[in-house]
Formats: sequence, C-alpha cells, structure tokens
Amino acid sequence: MLISLFGAVESGVIYALMALGVYLSFRILHFPDLTVDGSFVTGAGVAGVAIVGGMSPILATLLGAFAGFIAGCITGVLHTKGKINALLAGILMMIALYSINLRLMGQPTVSMLNESTLFTQIKSWWVASGFDAFFNNIVLSLGVERFSGTWLVFTVMVILTLMVKVFLDYFLKTEVGLALRATGDNQKMIRSLSANTDGLIIIGIGISNGLVALSGALVGQYGGFANVNMGIGMIVIGLASVIIGEALFGKRTIIIATLAVIGGAIVYRIVVTMALRVDFLDSGDMKLITAVLVIAALVAPRMIQARKEKKRRLRKKAELLQRKEGEVHSA
Amino acid sequence: MLKLNDVSITFNEGTPDEKKALQSVDLELEKGEFVTVIGSNGAGKSTLMNVVSGSLIPDVGDVTIDDKHVVHLPEYKRAGFIGRVFQDPMAGTAPSMTIEENLAMAYSRDKKRKLIPGVTKKRREMYREYLDSLNLGLEDRLNAKVGLLSGGERQALSLLMATFTEPHILLLDEHTAALDPSRAELITEITADVVKKFELTTLMVTHNMQQALDLGDRLIMMDKGQIIFDVSGEEKQELTIKNLLDEFHRIRGKQIESDRAVLG
Repeated sequence: MLISLFGAVESGVIYALMALGVYLSFRILHFPDLTVDGSFVTGAGVAGVAIVGGMSPILATLLGAFAGFIAGCITGVLHTKGKINALLAGILMMIALYSINLRLMGQPTVSMLNESTLFTQIKSWWVASGFDAFFNNIVLSLGVERFSGTWLVFTVMVILTLMVKVFLDYFLKTEVGLALRATGDNQKMIRSLSANTDGLIIIGIGISNGLVALSGALVGQYGGFANVNMGIGMIVIGLASVIIGEALFGKRTIIIATLAVIGGAIVYRIVVTMALRVDFLDSGDMKLITAVLVIAALVAPRMIQARKEKKRRLRKKAELLQRKEGEVHSA
Repeated sequence: MLKLNDVSITFNEGTPDEKKALQSVDLELEKGEFVTVIGSNGAGKSTLMNVVSGSLIPDVGDVTIDDKHVVHLPEYKRAGFIGRVFQDPMAGTAPSMTIEENLAMAYSRDKKRKLIPGVTKKRREMYREYLDSLNLGLEDRLNAKVGLLSGGERQALSLLMATFTEPHILLLDEHTAALDPSRAELITEITADVVKKFELTTLMVTHNMQQALDLGDRLIMMDKGQIIFDVSGEEKQELTIKNLLDEFHRIRGKQIESDRAVLG
C-alpha cells in the first residue's frame, strides 16, 4: 500500500510539470491547447533518441523541452497568424506531431533501459550520499511500516518542479509576464497598451508546451522508454490536475495557483492509484475515473458554495424573525 | 501633432450594405489641443478614432503623428504613444489582475517590456501617488482585483492608465456614456484635470452635447463621414446646445426628415 502510494506521489510530481504547462495555456492564456498530447511525446522522443545517440542526459532533456517549445510556438502561429480556432489549431498540431514524433524516433518505441539517463547519472552520487537511509529512518520513526524504496526520483523531481514553479511565479510578475496574463484576460486592453498580443500568445503556448515536453522527457527517462502513444489523454490529466488543485487549494494569487496545480497533480495520481485498488476497477477504467474526478472537482466547489449561501440566508432570516419578535414583545 | 489628410474608408464596398464611413476627412490637431467630436450614430466618429488608433486602416489618406507617418503602423505599436479609453468600463482594464498590476502594464506602455518585475517598491509608491490624485480611495486597494471595482472606479482607473505615461495623443471614445450621471460627471471632471495636468492632445467622442461644450477648446461635428462643423476659441465658448442643433439643421437641412421619422 505504502509503496504504491509513494509511487503515485512520485509520478504526480513528474507530471506536475506537465500540469503547470497546461495551467499556463488553459488558465493564464485561456487557450484550450490540445497540442499537449503530441508535445509530451515529442519531449520524451527527442530526449530518448538523443540519449541513445550518446548525448548527455541533461542536454537531451533540455533539447526535448525545446522541441516542445517549438511545437507550441507553431500552434500559436496557426492560431494568431493563420486565424485558426484555438481548439482546431491544437488538434491539427497534435495529429501532425504524431507523425513527426514517429519520424523523429524512427520506431514506435525508443528504449533507454540500458542507457545512462538523468536519474541513473545522479544515482551513484545519491547512493553514496546516504540520503535514502536518512529519509527511511524518518519514515520509520514516524511509526509507519518499514519502507526501503529510493527517494532519488522523488527528491530530484520535487526540487526541479519547485524550481520551475518559482521561475514561473517570477516570470508571470515581470513586465512581459503581466502582459501575457492580460492577453488571456483582456486582449483589447493590453493591445491598447502597446503589447503585441500575437507574439505573446505564440511565446506563451511555446513555454506551455516546453514544460509539457520537459515533463515528457523526464517521464520517458523515469520509465526507461519513449512510446509514440504515451501522450494520449495527457491534456485531460493536465486539466484534471489544474482543476482538482484549484478546487482543493485555491487560486487567489499566482503563487497559490501554481502550488495548487502541483498539489492537484499529486492528488490526482493518489486518487487514481487508490481507485485502481478497488476490486471491480481495472486499469482500463482509468479514463472513466479521471472523467468522474474532473466532474467532481468542477461541480463540488459550486455545490458547497451554494449550500453555504443557503445557510447564510436562513440565518439572516432567523435573525430578522427574532428581531421582529423582540419588537412585538417590547411593544 | 496629429494630422489626418484626405482620409476615406468604405465598409462593404460594392454590396447593398456599402457604407462610406469617412469621406475625405482632413483634420489637424495642435499640440495640447482638446477637441470634442459630436455627431449622430453612424456619423463616423468611432471610425475616426479607430483610424487614429490603428485598429482600422483607411482605404486612402494619410495619418501623421508628430510628423511621422503611422498609417501602416499596427495598433499595438502605435499604442506606445496613443492613450485610449473605451466606452465600456470593462474594456480598459484586466479584471482578474490587481490594481497595481494594471497600472504596471500601463506604465510599460511606452517602453520595451522586459523580464523585470512590473511592480517594485519604488513603482508602487508612484502608482499610489497617481491613484491618490483620483480621490477614490483606490490607493489603499492596490492589491484588489480590478474585477471587484465598480464601473465608475474602473473607468477612472482606465483613464489614469491611459494618461499617466503622457501619451502624445489621448483618444476618449464616449468614455462616460455607460456611467450613471453622477459618476459620468466625476469622470468628466477627472478628464478635464488630467488633460490639463499633462497637456495632452486629446480627441474625445461624446453623445452628450453639454459635455462637448463644457470640455475642450475646439468642437467638431460629423455627419455621414464628413466633418461639417468646426469651431474653436471664443466662438466655441459662446456656443449653446440650441446653437449647435440650429447649426446642424442649417447645414444638413434635416429638420423635415427627422420630424417625419418622429411622426411616422
């Protein structure tokens, strides 16, 4: 139980980068970008091919992210310069990327099992550091069952994800970042304040898909392979993370919202893992679970709000009634 | 300062909906001049504004600002030296961003946007001072989302954002039309103040004749895509609404036509 839960948290943090990318397009730019399903594979595939070709894992990962950035920029160009509807531009790019990814990879699956990846490279250093024993002792002292997994992936990913989060928080508060946010909020207004909205959308969707591809590159190295179908449904997982995160942790400011998205990605994985442990559900039901989860995250906050509102009104009514009665008595 | 030379624009040319929105319009504004524009619906006032701002490109004619030809400069590039306030109070601000962030975006209007924070301690003080001049108490709500402000407050903020970087041209497009009378009056006052304070070259469209008479030092009347009346100086100061209407009917001889519309 604990081990599968830990695995869920681990992959949650890896996919959190992808969710941050979706947050940028979906929430900041209000651009429903479906490129994600393709650019995720692009990231994994490019990094995979580069690693197999002997490139250093760090460079290969960055190259994968950059390939995703370019893919996103093209979607942005299709939408702004080609005046293609946002959804359609994303879909077109997504299917185009399927073929492009196959070309890039040369085969449907690129295996990295025997290659040195980002994680295997850090591993030797990690093992020597003795952090695993340290963390496991903490877990043990908390009185949980004995746990002997490695904390390597988790730690690396938490650090990386938080770094990206802090970078994103900072970026969205810079002059360029503010203009980017306003482009999603009120395009007419920011254009009248001399911002090139087309350029901002292109860059924004680019960065979004860069993050998605970065996540893809890391997922590929984590799993040891890149597969041309590994991106299917990615956009839904990203949206689920964003929506669940916002419902659970709020979105008052950018800093809270990005943290919420990371939290949402982890919670999503945990819930799916738990659900799959239920006897009558199997892995084929994952998409259904996801859909139900997103619906719940969308509907529940509104229902809670409505209920609060109703309670408040009833209380007011009761107060009013009491006051009236008081007046009758005193008269 | 601002010069329109023989500007014409026709919409839907060659179809039954053809509309000559501007017909050979010539207009020249001196630096610091405040011009009010009146005219009935469809007279071409908004088209005139859009041609100046760059959201419309005229079929023929030339627009120069500071002796620079800007006709083919895209809207966002022109916006560096043109401030604009729209009729809709929701149009001029970003609702999900805070007051200080909105001001920060306006502040970088005439500069290249960089990867440096838009709101710093020093800038915040500056924004606070500008807000203070509005006397609306907004200076204490720097971190409030603009979507929470009332229409009047948002319009005042839009006006401030359009003006405090001292643009070469200020365009006001019926910017008090969507407000209640007391708010409209407040915005009108603020408008007069800021235009005077920054000595802005201003073009203001309005449907409110009294406002057109009270504000500014020159008035032009438009009809059917043409400027049909242009007064300034003392002559403008002595103008009344009745004069204006008489003048309009004298030029266009439309009395009978509009009477028919009312009776019919």
